[in-house]
Amino acid sequence: MSWAGWLRLIVVSGAVLLLEVLCRAGVIAKTVLPAPSVMAGDLYRLLASGAASADIGETLGNVAMAVIASILLGFIGGVAIHAMPRVRRALDPFLATYYAVPFFVFYPVLIVIFGLGAAPIVVIGTLFGVVAMLINTLNGLDRIPRVLLKTARVHGMDPVRTALMVKLPSAAPFLFTGAKLAIAYCFIGVIAAEFIMSSSGIGYSIAYAFNNFDNARMYALMLFIIVLVTVLNAVLFTWERRIMQRRRR
Amino acid sequence: MKANVAAKRDLHEEAGANPAPAVHAELKGVSRIYGVPGQGGVHALGPVDLTLRKGEFFSVVGPSGCGKSTLLDVLSGLSVPTEGSVSFEGKPVAGKVPDGVGVVFQEDATFPWLTVWDNIAFGLRRAGVDPAEIERRVTYAVGFVGLKDFAKAYPVQLSGGMRQRVCIARTLVMRPRLILLDEPFGALDAQTRLIMGDELLKLWRETGATVMLITHALDEAAMLSDRIGVMSSRPGRIIEEIETGWPRERDSRIASEDAFGQITARLWRLLREESLKAAGLAGGGS
Repeated sequence: MSWAGWLRLIVVSGAVLLLEVLCRAGVIAKTVLPAPSVMAGDLYRLLASGAASADIGETLGNVAMAVIASILLGFIGGVAIHAMPRVRRALDPFLATYYAVPFFVFYPVLIVIFGLGAAPIVVIGTLFGVVAMLINTLNGLDRIPRVLLKTARVHGMDPVRTALMVKLPSAAPFLFTGAKLAIAYCFIGVIAAEFIMSSSGIGYSIAYAFNNFDNARMYALMLFIIVLVTVLNAVLFTWERRIMQRRRR
Repeated sequence: MKANVAAKRDLHEEAGANPAPAVHAELKGVSRIYGVPGQGGVHALGPVDLTLRKGEFFSVVGPSGCGKSTLLDVLSGLSVPTEGSVSFEGKPVAGKVPDGVGVVFQEDATFPWLTVWDNIAFGLRRAGVDPAEIERRVTYAVGFVGLKDFAKAYPVQLSGGMRQRVCIARTLVMRPRLILLDEPFGALDAQTRLIMGDELLKLWRETGATVMLITHALDEAAMLSDRIGVMSSRPGRIIEEIETGWPRERDSRIASEDAFGQITARLWRLLREESLKAAGLAGGGS
């Protein structure tokens, strides 16, 4: 591990340790925050008992659907918009300001349209993820060097082969970035939506535990989400670096 | 000049009766206009009449922006001429790069996601060549361009000159009969250019292909070519064709010969006025 890596590890574990000490010493009240070790124990018991399995399964299912929809729609939309420069010029300001819109204000509308249940949650998650994928798809297609397309023509490649064997691999780093962002945004969108417009899922469970002063369950679930997202990102990051290290210096 | 061109044509028409015609590629009255003529369209090229003889090393020099690259695009079939006709081996070239034509560009055209080996094998695999034959040709080409030790490397691990060698090897394995090079050494330093020039001569001799090299370096043109076409400022026309008279076995050492200096000086005299015109500095005659 690099020097910076060790430093990061020390900072993070130091902070957790400090929190542990402060909680154990009673500086931070139990009712405010249980000690990290207690949190981890609560999480272990919660997972072992299976009491949260249904909620976790539902949330992960919703995130998975939102991720798949975001990546597919974002990619297809990006390719289509890229092929129509005029449409793109018209859409550009919308894309640029897209994330300035707080989608959650539409939650009553979504419930009216899709009813209660998984559908409006997946829609919110997809709304969050899709444009990150779309923008990165456009970016990737923009940056395909023209000389590579000329090379494809010199080799007599048809448009389909050019797309699959030249455009796609050339844009791949940007598509990967788009997919990574889409996954992160879908998690945010889905869990936040579950807080306000659901009767199941991890987001709902956290809100429910909060309303019922069930600190043990609330913090256990929060820890679960943080660990899950961190591990997922670490895996994606490692994978991306393995693919990219031979392409970029 | 005109009589000269006409005389050459006659020669070729006579040669055309032979089983192996001397004319390899030909441009007749070719113009390329971008946009709508007369309404802000840019007249980039022509009209150009040009004949490439089979197996010759032909260079094109001209002031910057004179349409040299457009000439190459039109000849290769990457771009369609607005007027005139292009033919390769007697067949018209129409909007498609014919089999037997290879192109090397100035920009780095290596595929960054493929190894040197896979980059070189790219065209052969697309063409569905037998794997054993691919193996054989790529092995030869990798050795020819001196990248044997880098076959498994990715382009990022290579210098600019090495990447250009990959592109040359990728063209070489397709066994082109006409190789078009668009300022292939433009982005390289002077020493590397000299070495690459010698390698290009070696490639030309070994393949027996016809070579057309676009360059802005007059010494490069004078050193490498059998014949040099000098282009005017935009819209580019061929204003003179110069025969160098070099033997087929030659390398960069000819740069020390008197004739080399004379050819370079003549190219410069021809181009001075055109370059000034292109830069917007032209007075009357010089």
